[in-house]
Amino acid sequence: MKIEIRGARLVDPAANTEANASLFIAAGRIASTGKAPEGFQADEVIEAGGLVLCPGLVDLSARLREPGYEYKATLESEMRAAVAGGVTTLACPPDTDPPLDEPGLVEMLTRRAASLHQARVHPLGALTVGLKGERLAEMAELAEAGCVGFFQANAPIRDLSVLLQAMRYAATFGFTVWIRPQVSDLARDGVAHEGEVATRLGLAPIPVIAETIAIRAIVELMSVTGARVHLARLSSARSVALVAEAKSKGLPLTCDVGVHHLHLSDRDIGEFDPLANFVPPLRDPRDRDALRKAVADGTIDAICSDHTPVDDDEKLVPFAEAAPGATGLELLLPLTLQWGSESGLKLPATLGAVTHRAARILGAEAGTLAPGAPADLCLFDPKSPWVVSPLALASQGKNTPFMGLELSGRVARTLVGGRTVHLA
Amino acid sequence: MSASLQLDSQGRLRHLLTTEGLPAAMIRRILDTADQFVSVNEREVKKIPLLRGKAIFNVFFENSTRTRTTFEIAAKRLSADVINLNIGASSTSKGETLLDTVYNLQAMDADMFVVRHAQSGAPHLIARHVKPGVAVINAGDGRHAHPTQGLLDMYTIRHYKKDFSGLTVAIVGDVLHSRVARSQIHALKTLGVPELRVVGPKTLIPADVERMGVRVFHDMAAGIKDCDVVIMLRLQNERMNGALLPSAGEFYKAYGLNAEKLAKAKPDAIVMHPGPMNRGVEIESSVADGHQSVILPQVTFGIAVRMAVMSILAGQAPGGGE
Repeated sequence: MKIEIRGARLVDPAANTEANASLFIAAGRIASTGKAPEGFQADEVIEAGGLVLCPGLVDLSARLREPGYEYKATLESEMRAAVAGGVTTLACPPDTDPPLDEPGLVEMLTRRAASLHQARVHPLGALTVGLKGERLAEMAELAEAGCVGFFQANAPIRDLSVLLQAMRYAATFGFTVWIRPQVSDLARDGVAHEGEVATRLGLAPIPVIAETIAIRAIVELMSVTGARVHLARLSSARSVALVAEAKSKGLPLTCDVGVHHLHLSDRDIGEFDPLANFVPPLRDPRDRDALRKAVADGTIDAICSDHTPVDDDEKLVPFAEAAPGATGLELLLPLTLQWGSESGLKLPATLGAVTHRAARILGAEAGTLAPGAPADLCLFDPKSPWVVSPLALASQGKNTPFMGLELSGRVARTLVGGRTVHLA
Repeated sequence: MSASLQLDSQGRLRHLLTTEGLPAAMIRRILDTADQFVSVNEREVKKIPLLRGKAIFNVFFENSTRTRTTFEIAAKRLSADVINLNIGASSTSKGETLLDTVYNLQAMDADMFVVRHAQSGAPHLIARHVKPGVAVINAGDGRHAHPTQGLLDMYTIRHYKKDFSGLTVAIVGDVLHSRVARSQIHALKTLGVPELRVVGPKTLIPADVERMGVRVFHDMAAGIKDCDVVIMLRLQNERMNGALLPSAGEFYKAYGLNAEKLAKAKPDAIVMHPGPMNRGVEIESSVADGHQSVILPQVTFGIAVRMAVMSILAGQAPGGGE
């Protein structure tokens, strides 16, 4: 099958280029851009009509809710949401029920996901058995089953010696340890950023030091274990400074931020809006601004959706009891575009944070338009406005603080391996 | 923000959820209305028919005999039908959600809910989901607000000090966990108190509380110096020995109000406490029972203030013309 996508504005973040050109696909891979390969005879021509064609998005965190949480969302619904959002590669955290701590579970998930022929799924294995923070999971076995890294998700590791050994063990095999940095004892039953808003609303606070002390500890552990670490979901300006310092020393450290944290702050809690309950918490507007800047300057490597579909009832409760998180797969592109345009970035730089920079962390062959790369592509209209509504979202999770708001950037077509998997 | 939920577009009170964002004119109206009820409460027959036929549900998800009783008395003096429900903290574990509980009670034709809940913001959630015309009164939610207590404290201060514009007020003790303190702070700021202080150890003062317009003192003597009003907060038993405070005794030494410390305040300063008091922990008995103490009048005024809030919410305030 040979396909020509004609008349597109090709944006290749990996090459930092933007040009009006055609793209040629052969055998599921990109054959060339600009000029057709010699003797290329297209079986199908897709008229792009001037829309942006970029590599499919790479999302470092999307909860697909299987196994165990099918009442919140199903693999079918969330895989549909992914391609509807232009996401062609995603990492799913291991916080399923049971957690992804056994090769059998991982194999089942990847097989089920592959059978849907939509986005490519890269599972993250549990770092510890049952995410309990006590015994190491079988990392080598899990890696063989397809895990691309090992993550404790939002479950705490109270015992630092367990983290030390987990990092040592992972370093033995060259695996990346993913950690959402938080000293759980400093966060306790906290639900909001420690500051004026939490004080005014009487919400139990989570101080910034819960995150920064964890980052300091992790950096120390990296230097003795040699482990490669990915810090998931930074939330504060201080965290950004610590990461920049560690990176400047050459430590193999990467990090990401959830896209909501680039747009919202604790002020958006308003009068106890449960949709603004996030893990980590939305912090001060100054923290938000520092995160925005850090993605632009590369201190933060990638933006992820941290897609967390929840049942409606889980948000119809008092703020502190609400299930945290927001649906995000279909908002990742528009919210990233908004961040990019507000930051004065060109499209290649904007999209880099959700394509090749994220792909590098996963070690995935994705996020580029280079000849030979899989034809995982996203065709979208950056200017087309749409209103976030329950009907407009393919995800089963309708939980978003952006509900009812107008965003720009709607995906027209998504291809995975040269096959159209979503057509608006 | 707060105005959107508890006030309608004409500025009328729909719910009473917090003193934050409550306009000074509305606070004054509540206090003026309470003035009229104070005289009712001094009569031999203490009942007036303003809320006859109205059903008021006291829904307490957290136990509090005292607060519930004051709301019950207030409602009964207005001739409302009062239904008391102590749902307790365990109700959610029985499977029924907070909103299901509320919908069920609403189906029994409640006109007003008086809600206490351990979670900050629970009354807001309820107010957002009740039918139009059904009013919600927050009787204390988590650490967030206890607006009728805040308002009865304003009534008490106005009763003794007449005017707020020249006052120095200190709130002393466990500000961190206190919904009462938050409600007092918002109301006092709105009413124009120029010098508002909070006093306590660093472990019991919440982050960035200065942004609410207060000055923070850690030294009790300095904090209550030249005050017109000294408000002592209750220290919960479970906070007395742990990581926040080493002991009740040490707290009392540093922050308990005794005659010697009170002497730093103005000679005519009044001493307030939302109750229930821990004698010998927050306050010395001789001060609690002394001539500067207005702790018992607070309780009396509390009935009138709650009557005022209920009648205004029902559109039945005397002389209110609504």
